Amino acid sequence: MSFGSFLQFLIDTLSLGSLYALMALGMVIVYGILRLVNFAYGEYIMVAGYTLFLLSQSPVPWLIMALLSVLAAVGASYLTERVAFRPVREQTVTAMLITSFAVSTLYQNAALLFISPRAKLVPLPDIFSKSIVFAGLVVPLRNILAIIVTFALLGFFALLLKRTIIGIALRAAADKFTMTRMLGIPANLVIGAAFAIHGLLAGVVALFWFGRIGSVTPGIGLAPLLVAFIATVIGGMRSLLGAVVGGYVLALINVAFNNLLTQNFLEYRDAFTFSLVILILLLRPEGLVRAR
Amino acid sequence: MISPADGHTPLTALVVQGITMDFVGLRALENVNLTLRQGEILGLIGPNGSGKTTMINVITGLLRPTAGRIQADGADITGKPPHKIAQTGVARTFQKVKLFRELTVFENVKVAAVSVGMPNRRAKEQAWVALEELGIEAWSGRIAGTLPYGHERKVEVARALAMNPKFILLDEPAAGMDEEESAALLQILTPIPEKKNLGMLIVDHDMNLIMRLCNRLHVLNYGKTIGEGTPEEVRRIPEVVEAYLGS
Repeated sequence: MSFGSFLQFLIDTLSLGSLYALMALGMVIVYGILRLVNFAYGEYIMVAGYTLFLLSQSPVPWLIMALLSVLAAVGASYLTERVAFRPVREQTVTAMLITSFAVSTLYQNAALLFISPRAKLVPLPDIFSKSIVFAGLVVPLRNILAIIVTFALLGFFALLLKRTIIGIALRAAADKFTMTRMLGIPANLVIGAAFAIHGLLAGVVALFWFGRIGSVTPGIGLAPLLVAFIATVIGGMRSLLGAVVGGYVLALINVAFNNLLTQNFLEYRDAFTFSLVILILLLRPEGLVRAR
Repeated sequence: MISPADGHTPLTALVVQGITMDFVGLRALENVNLTLRQGEILGLIGPNGSGKTTMINVITGLLRPTAGRIQADGADITGKPPHKIAQTGVARTFQKVKLFRELTVFENVKVAAVSVGMPNRRAKEQAWVALEELGIEAWSGRIAGTLPYGHERKVEVARALAMNPKFILLDEPAAGMDEEESAALLQILTPIPEKKNLGMLIVDHDMNLIMRLCNRLHVLNYGKTIGEGTPEEVRRIPEVVEAYLGS
């Protein structure tokens, strides 16, 4: 492998992995506390996408649109917690899981009904379609941006979790949720914060996700949801670090198969990917990063 | 010295009145009255299954009593959720240690201080004070899950103390410790109630420890009070002697 193609491989893996890592992290932040795999997670990406679409006619600069669509994802996530999950939180985990399916269906149907079943173009800034030439490679700027934004966000969250009160409370709750309640930390505050972060990460991912595919449909959330789910399973459901690792590993597998498989086999890429995931899980059933 | 039976219930006390706790087919507590005053150490003793832990669970809101009333410092806390009760100044530890295993010792203690509403800076100070009180400030940076068992118990007591409680309920703080360790713990615990002006309730099987540590004892058997008073007084109650010899 030449240096150029190695660099290409590295950038592809890092940029795709960054999105996967953010998605997985958002998933685990809620799972860690409530033991809930939120199947409506992908719909927050959809919400962000439609917000971008609805704002596309407005004169506001793209950065403001982006900010608003991330906020819309945060709002959707927080609202779901408030309206749908909170009433069933004291019930079983299964009740919450089924609620999350219901919420997911609700969001998708609302999009079908009120917007359109057809794909809608999402406005993107010029910078997303520019490329830079670097060491003989043509690299899309959005890939570099995705990497930078992800590293910044990961650094920010590491600090938040380590240094702030809400961060320590979140980690404590992920460890023993009932105990944090007994200590006197208001459960609603911790869970509300977790869902806000959940939505924030989905919103940021959405910007780059749509940067890659360019349009939004009602069913758009399924693919990122699956990615997040598989990445967390690979990395270990109980660990935030594991989620990030899982995201990058999944991207590594994906990009590797993209490069290795011949044209005939490329359409079976996901089958190859999942086979490898199964293999990893056979060897390390708890995921790559174990919770202490 | 606090007199054990002065008739009235002072305001600065945790007062349990007529608590009955029914589980399906089992009456775990029956009409129990108990007062824990600030500054004293009260031992809650009794054979296995006599309702000691149930009593702590009822006081801290993990269980809702079938009948009866609980007041902390004059405020009715009966049936309130655990976090509200914690915020009124009632802290506890558990028979089975429940530390946040992935947090450091310091974070474990600090999060408790934060949880009762202290701002960051005060929570930090309070956490250090609590760690020093237990003599474990040297472990502050260790991940709690890596501590030996006896150490975990001390961290749990420090965590409860960091909440700056008016009442602290310790459920078998010396369980699993050898004689030397529990003697050391005794040394640490004895001065705390007076120094911090808090009421300390201790559940333990170790009669040696209880007799030496407590100002007063409250004895339960099959969920009923069978004796109350100073250790000397309780030792002379025939029912208590019988319950202990019979178990």
